[in-house]
Amino acid sequence: MAEVEETLKRIQNHKGVIGTMVVNAEGIPIRTTLDNSTTVQYAGLLHQLTMKAKSTVRDIDPQNDLTFLRIRSKKHEVMVAPEVPLIPCNRKCSSPL
Amino acid sequence: MKKQSQFLWKVLPPEEQVDTEEVKESVEEVYVYKPPIPKPWVSLGSEKEIEEESVHESTVRAKYKISRERRQFGAPIKFGDYNASSVKDSYIECTAYADKNFTVKQLEKDIAIQVIPILMDTYTQTQWKFPRNATTQYMPREFSKEERETLLQSKDLKDFLNSVSLSVEAALQQNEIMNVFIDDWKVLAEEEATFGDKTDSHLKEYQSFTDLHNIKDKTITCICWHPTIYGLIAVSIAERLSYEERVQFSGKLLLQPSLILFWSFSDPIHPQLMLQSPDDIFCFRFCPSNPNIIAGGCINGQVVLWDISAHSERIVHVKGSGSTSKKAVLKPIFLLEPDSNKDAPYVRHCAVSSIEYGHKKLVTDIHWLTDNFEVNRMGYAFENRSGICCQLVTCSIDCTIYFWDIRPTRPPPIPTDKKKEETVEVPHDVPSTFLHLDLSWRPHIRITLAKSGTTLDHCPVKLSLRNESLNYQVQDAQILQQKAQIAGEDPYHNLESGLAKILKPIEDYNTKFFVGTEDGEVIYTDWRMERDHDSGRLISQKPLNRYAVHDGSINTVQRSPFYQDIVLTIGGWNVAIWKEGVSQGPLLLSACSTKMYTSGHWSLTRPAVFFVGKEDGYIDIWDLLEKTHEPAHTQNICITSITYIRPWMFSTRQQFLAIADYFGTLHILEIPWTLSHPLVNEVQSVYHYFDREVSHLKYTEKRKEIRAKQKTELHLESEKNKSKAVQKSKEQLEAELRMNYEEYLDFEKQTLGNLGVIPETDRLSSSFRDLI
Repeated sequence: MAEVEETLKRIQNHKGVIGTMVVNAEGIPIRTTLDNSTTVQYAGLLHQLTMKAKSTVRDIDPQNDLTFLRIRSKKHEVMVAPEVPLIPCNRKCSSPL
Repeated sequence: MKKQSQFLWKVLPPEEQVDTEEVKESVEEVYVYKPPIPKPWVSLGSEKEIEEESVHESTVRAKYKISRERRQFGAPIKFGDYNASSVKDSYIECTAYADKNFTVKQLEKDIAIQVIPILMDTYTQTQWKFPRNATTQYMPREFSKEERETLLQSKDLKDFLNSVSLSVEAALQQNEIMNVFIDDWKVLAEEEATFGDKTDSHLKEYQSFTDLHNIKDKTITCICWHPTIYGLIAVSIAERLSYEERVQFSGKLLLQPSLILFWSFSDPIHPQLMLQSPDDIFCFRFCPSNPNIIAGGCINGQVVLWDISAHSERIVHVKGSGSTSKKAVLKPIFLLEPDSNKDAPYVRHCAVSSIEYGHKKLVTDIHWLTDNFEVNRMGYAFENRSGICCQLVTCSIDCTIYFWDIRPTRPPPIPTDKKKEETVEVPHDVPSTFLHLDLSWRPHIRITLAKSGTTLDHCPVKLSLRNESLNYQVQDAQILQQKAQIAGEDPYHNLESGLAKILKPIEDYNTKFFVGTEDGEVIYTDWRMERDHDSGRLISQKPLNRYAVHDGSINTVQRSPFYQDIVLTIGGWNVAIWKEGVSQGPLLLSACSTKMYTSGHWSLTRPAVFFVGKEDGYIDIWDLLEKTHEPAHTQNICITSITYIRPWMFSTRQQFLAIADYFGTLHILEIPWTLSHPLVNEVQSVYHYFDREVSHLKYTEKRKEIRAKQKTELHLESEKNKSKAVQKSKEQLEAELRMNYEEYLDFEKQTLGNLGVIPETDRLSSSFRDLI
């Protein structure tokens, strides 16, 4: 429990982070640092988008899977990290520099 | 040929043998024809091939001879028909049959198959018999608190977060390293297409105005551009006389009118409008809400108001009159008819302040308060009830600052009484906008700046209030609408309407302002009045800060048009820039120049640029981004000292600088592109520069403290060292003395021994003793 808290706190305290949300597989928010209405809105919209992105990636290559989704807009950037079952991936698919 | 020659030789008769011998000699070789001799054939195996290829009959052909009997030769024949199939064995046939040996069975076949959906087109029509509106409302699914708790405790979540947090943090770090929201294209473009030469920073002369009728031995004291009309500028004229001379010529001066002239770009010789005032005007301003109202301060301490609404049409359409007067310009001035249509009308002032209750001496500065607030008798700020600029502040060298209100303080007097009391007859063509104020106008706040310690007061020369816009900027349409709503129709002619509303105070309004004095001091004070405990009267507050950095009278105290808390003060021989709130001192204090500074102004478009005029007719252009220790450019404008500078912006490409000189000529110069067009991020760069200066000031303060501490420490240490040194030297001295004495004793012995005074035995024994 403490580990979960600590991880979430660490992410939230990063510079420039406005809010953090943890959402279950159906899109229902479990934990959030934003207010209720915003959370619900983001959860609903992002869940659908993530599902769509995931299905797109899988349609192109069934052996592939979505690892991270970043949406950059004029004002903000939204980062979505879906739960990914472990896939042996070669250097090509991982991108953090 | 050889053959022929042979032949010839054979055939020819022997007589010709002699001729042919020559021919024979030339042909040495004799070709003898030999016919081919048959040889036996040698077989090389070719007959075998021929044998193989040739076709031979393998069987012997059978020969049959069929003939009839002899006796039937020639006998009569009978031919008859009969069906071949009816008689058995009449013919033999070879029926064809499908021989299985020769049939080929197809084992593989290529067939293409396509699947298509079964399509069916059909349609239906609904009948909306009973229209009914329906709505749905939904709520998002949420977990209850207990469910959330359980989920948070679950191991799955932990594992998930552990696996995912790494990539999230990597992504966040990427964003931190590089700013992802930069548009590289925009940043690449540093400047838009520049207009004109980039390096050109010379102010170009555009026009200059001199009135030959009215200006003789006169000087210009103040310039104001008309806020809305293009090319219209107003200047106030005053006599170029000192105080004693004024007293001497006072009789003559009363006859000459004191004027404010309106010049237009299209007509450099005739002023468009002339405003009359009771005495020389030293400062004036257009009202920001209504450019037809002008307020000015006189040399005798009176504040004067004009209303030129009646002539506003005339000055707007100046260009038309300019084009028709082309012919007139060619005529010399003395031929012009004095009362032609083009002659500028004299406009009399609308109202003057009361002589008893107004200023006693020259009014040096006048400002309109912005139309978002108004001030009551105590100096507290309230929301403006009228929606227009209705209050003024003036300062004068009788050491006072007065706040005035142009709205009537009491109901206008009954007409019958007024007729009896009135001594001054108001001409009928003067508008009655401010008739309620005429000669009875008094300020509602009086502030004196007391010098601490002495009974003398500061003499304010210039003021600078917050929220004042230097160029009457066009505000948001919304704000203008709101103000218009509050003001109502034609606010300046219905000034009482605003007074009926209730005062609403504004919280925390900044009521502090900067004052520059005649002695060169910059004072920061509050205009709110305090109630004296002893007498119960209202007294003004003591100045919060006083700085004496200038050596001569201050001539400019101005806020920057870009930053509300940066103030420029010019006085004496140097320039200073201050930030409101920073009390350690000026952010920038220039070195003293060789000539005295007489006027100055911030640039309206570039936050780092300001113009300073000197007493020798030179103008210094300072650019804080280029150099901060000296002006960036200097340029000569005229031969006498510059009395006033005022820039104005008509469009992004046209910016003018109006410079008035001591001899009464008004020069209009065009500011080049480099000085009028701000650089990219100039506002931020200059702001950072000021921030750096503030931190520099703070740092110097700290260093001063540290230095002071260090000094005291050093002092203490040196004292300690001195005392220690004294002790040490005492001991040292003693030791030294002892050593010296012992050396002396040895020396004494030696010399005595050398001289032979000491007996040998003693010497030896003493030496033994020494050895021991």
